[in-house]
Amino acid sequence: MSHAAITITNASKLYRKYAYRRQFSTLKSALLKGNLASELSPDEVFHAVNAVSLTVAKGSTLGLIGRNGSGKSTLLKLIAGITKPTTGMVEVGGRISALIELGAGFHPEISGRENVFINGVMLGLTTGEIRKRFDEIVEFSELEDFIDAPVKTYSSGMYMRLGFAVAVHVNPDVLLVDEVLAVGDEGFSLKCLDKFAEFKRRGKTIVLVTHGLGMVERYCDEAVWLDGGKVCGTGDPRRVVHAYTTDVEKAEERVLAESDRKLQIAVSAKGEVPVVVADQPVSNDEPPDDMFRATQGRWGSGPVTIDRVTLEHEENEAHIFHSGDQLVIRLEVSTTKLVTDFVFGISIFNAEGTCCYGTNTDIEEYKPVELVGTGEVKFLIDRLDLVEGTYKLDVAAHTREGFQYDYHRLLYTFRVKSQTKDAGIYRPEHRWIFSSNIRIT
Amino acid sequence: MLSNLQRLLRYRSLIHALVMRDLKARYRGSVLGVFWSFANPLLLLMVYTFVFSVVLPGRFPGIDENYALFLFCGLLPWTWFSSSLTEASNSLLANGNLIKKVLFPAEVLPIVAVIANMVHFFLALPILFLALVFFASRLPTVGELLWFPVVVAVQFLMSLGFGLGLAALTVHFRDIKDLLSNGLTLWFFATPILYPWTMMAERGPIFFELPPLGKLLMDANPASHLVISYQEILFWDGPYGHWKWLLFTAILSVGMFFIGYALFDRLRDSFAEEV
Repeated sequence: MSHAAITITNASKLYRKYAYRRQFSTLKSALLKGNLASELSPDEVFHAVNAVSLTVAKGSTLGLIGRNGSGKSTLLKLIAGITKPTTGMVEVGGRISALIELGAGFHPEISGRENVFINGVMLGLTTGEIRKRFDEIVEFSELEDFIDAPVKTYSSGMYMRLGFAVAVHVNPDVLLVDEVLAVGDEGFSLKCLDKFAEFKRRGKTIVLVTHGLGMVERYCDEAVWLDGGKVCGTGDPRRVVHAYTTDVEKAEERVLAESDRKLQIAVSAKGEVPVVVADQPVSNDEPPDDMFRATQGRWGSGPVTIDRVTLEHEENEAHIFHSGDQLVIRLEVSTTKLVTDFVFGISIFNAEGTCCYGTNTDIEEYKPVELVGTGEVKFLIDRLDLVEGTYKLDVAAHTREGFQYDYHRLLYTFRVKSQTKDAGIYRPEHRWIFSSNIRIT
Repeated sequence: MLSNLQRLLRYRSLIHALVMRDLKARYRGSVLGVFWSFANPLLLLMVYTFVFSVVLPGRFPGIDENYALFLFCGLLPWTWFSSSLTEASNSLLANGNLIKKVLFPAEVLPIVAVIANMVHFFLALPILFLALVFFASRLPTVGELLWFPVVVAVQFLMSLGFGLGLAALTVHFRDIKDLLSNGLTLWFFATPILYPWTMMAERGPIFFELPPLGKLLMDANPASHLVISYQEILFWDGPYGHWKWLLFTAILSVGMFFIGYALFDRLRDSFAEEV
């Protein structure tokens, strides 16, 4: 297995959790009872990394993705050797440079020049090697004018740039990067990416922890998706990133569904509990003075009520849609007595409160005849051509004169996702046409 | 263990760089700069001279006229010892980002604390020797001075042992920081620095054939043998006679070093999590 740069075999990392009181009592009880060893052993444990096995081939670039707290950074520290796995094995071949915290060990009182030397020695270079690379490091960090100033006078960007410059000039065989590419300005970020590309060309192994999924797709040969300390997916970056984003959407969907549900419980508790979801009167019979200033709420005096509103995608209740998907808004309505004058209306608002679209059955010249008992109204949008963002819905039942039976203001939320990061609100179906003398791909 | 010690040798350029960093950073931004390393002991000497020859004269018959000089011989090494321990015990916590974020040999940190304070001790020595030349009734002989580096070496090893052990334990028990500062005060008074050791040796009840309690305490205290050695070499007349106790202290120091290092090694893996 000489072609594997990193081999992780069934590695787990346990962190112990102490109750506050327990931590407080450790020294006393350790001294009194002399049970130092047992006091230091874990009682309640948390698996930061749980039975992870993976190999990284020499010269390949691995992307580690996953939610916050999924164990990415811990795994990286295990590879770097900063912490040891509780069980299992981690083997790494060659010199490691870990870009986990840039400029760790910089002393604020002394100059950038002296810090470069000390930091270089810390990262395993000899003084001779640093002297040889010093100019290159300073040039890379773009700090020629400030290199003799104390580091405490540096801006955070300058600090990071110097730290990055030293770390990448260590000339490692294995480079570990933890979400540090958001360093400096646009120009410097590009330079960092160039440096990575150079590392790749020179056959170095890179492990990258990042939330920039686009970067994983573009630069990595392989991706690993961690969740709760376990490997959830591994292999082709596009496939793993897709599986991960799908999972994130599912979680988002649950969160949106939950918050919508809470909102509706709050406003439907008519008269029983005071409702505090809006800065305007809600849940009473009168509409607010200025309807469009109301943030959220429900008002109207019946007899028609909208009992349930669901958003659906392909027959399933959904809160996450992709641009261009079909969206169905389903209203379950009921009335306590026969009505002959009724209008159903729908409006879609974006997060800034701009009305993206609004319509009702009266505008579209449906003539109400009669409504008794319960019924269902479906509003179908075949292509939801909205740009990415969060949107909210108004739904209403009222008379043609505008007397409100039941008005639901911004009580329903859905999110539109899109691969294209276009601007605005509405995305008309479109295409580009170029004349033959414009070469574009 | 041996391979670990071998590794320590490989870190010497790192230790060197960090000691230099400490020394440079300490006085950076002050007007006098590194001159403070001379000025501090000089001012200290002046304060003690004033207190014990003007405010409280006649405390210690026999050495009264040169009391400040006597005090200085013991106080300088003690300052090295106590600040080494204080700084070493706090060194892992103070450099938490190195332990947590960089692959870094943690033992380097307490070692750097001991060495940096040793350098300060060395920088203060010229003041001590100048004071000897001006105030002492006699100058130490070459034969006595040859013992000086031996005493320094023994103290160095002992400080390392204590420093490593304390550094490792402080990570787990933050209480040590407070215990240590009070413990060191007690230790300071238990060590014959402010008073000649003969005074301590005479104190305490005498039961049957047992030696006085004060002498027992002093014999069991390795710091007192170091301090007495410095005083004998630099201050007292006559040839250096305390070498047997120094030998005992040297053996103790080697033991202390290995215990401290073993403790450090044992707890090493927990540092990145506990710091």
